Amino acid sequence: MSEALAGIEKLKSMVGVGWEPREYPIEREMVRRFIRAVGDTNPKWRDGMIAPPTFVLAIGFEQFVDDLLAMVSFKSVLMAGTELECYQPIKTGDVITAVFEVSGLREREGEMGRMAFLTFESTCKNQKHELVARCRQMVIGY
Amino acid sequence: MTKQLSYKDVNVGDGVTPLVKEPTTRQLVVWAGAVGDYTPIHYDKDFARSRGLSGVIVQGQLVGAFLGQMLTDWLGEKGELKKLSCSYKGMNYPGEALTCKGEVTKKYDKDGEHFIECKIWAENPKGEKTASGRAVVTLPAGG
Repeated sequence: MSEALAGIEKLKSMVGVGWEPREYPIEREMVRRFIRAVGDTNPKWRDGMIAPPTFVLAIGFEQFVDDLLAMVSFKSVLMAGTELECYQPIKTGDVITAVFEVSGLREREGEMGRMAFLTFESTCKNQKHELVARCRQMVIGY
Repeated sequence: MTKQLSYKDVNVGDGVTPLVKEPTTRQLVVWAGAVGDYTPIHYDKDFARSRGLSGVIVQGQLVGAFLGQMLTDWLGEKGELKKLSCSYKGMNYPGEALTCKGEVTKKYDKDGEHFIECKIWAENPKGEKTASGRAVVTLPAGG
C-alpha cells in the first residue's frame, strides 16, 4: 500500500456538498478567446456575443482545480470524462453563478501510487436565475 | 453558407460530417489559458514523463470541445446541441491528426421538438478511438 493522499479525508467529508457559489460575468473577450482556442469558426459565435455550448467548460474550472489541489496532495490530474447538458446559450453580458460539488469519490491503488477517481458537477445559472447548463466531469487525481 | 440540415433529411445510420483537427503544443497552451487549466501534463514534457506519460497530451476537455464543434458545424444555425458526453479512453498527442466522427443512432419528436441522438468519437492517426460518447441535438423539421 502506498501512502494515503494527504487531504483526501477532508475531500471525502465534502462529497455531496455544494461549494460556495461563484459569479462569473461573461465578457466578449472570454468568448472570443475560447473559440480561438478551439479553432471554431462557426458564424454563430464569431462576433463573441454568444458562446458555443462547450464554453461552460471555461466557467469556474480554474478555481475548482485550485481549490481541489489546495486540499488534496495530487501531483497531477487527468480528465476521464465530460458530460454537458445545455439548456440555453450563454451570452456576453450574462452573469453566471456556478456551484460546484464533488458528487463521487473512490480510491484505488495504481501504478503511480494511490489514485482518486472523482466526479464533480457544476450547475450554472444566469442573472435571471435560469438554469443554463450543467456539467459533470470525471477526473483522476494521482 | 451551407444549406440548413433538417430533421426530415437525417436518418439513423447517417454519419455526422467529420472534423479533422491537428492541435499543436501552442494550441494546448491557448486552450489552457482560455479555460484556466494549468495542469502541467499539457505543456511541460518533463513533468508529463514523470507522471507516466510519453509526452505532453491534448487536454480531454479540448477533445470534448472539438466534438462539440463537429456537432455545431453539422447542425447549422438552427440546430441546437442539448447534451454531449464523452469518456477519454486514450491519449491524443499534439502534432497528430485528431479526427472527430459521429453517427445518428435515433430520431424522435418530443414536446414539439425534433431530436436526433448520435454516438460520437475521436480517432488518432492509427484509427484508435481515444474518446467516445453520445450527443443529443435538435433540428428544424424541414419542409
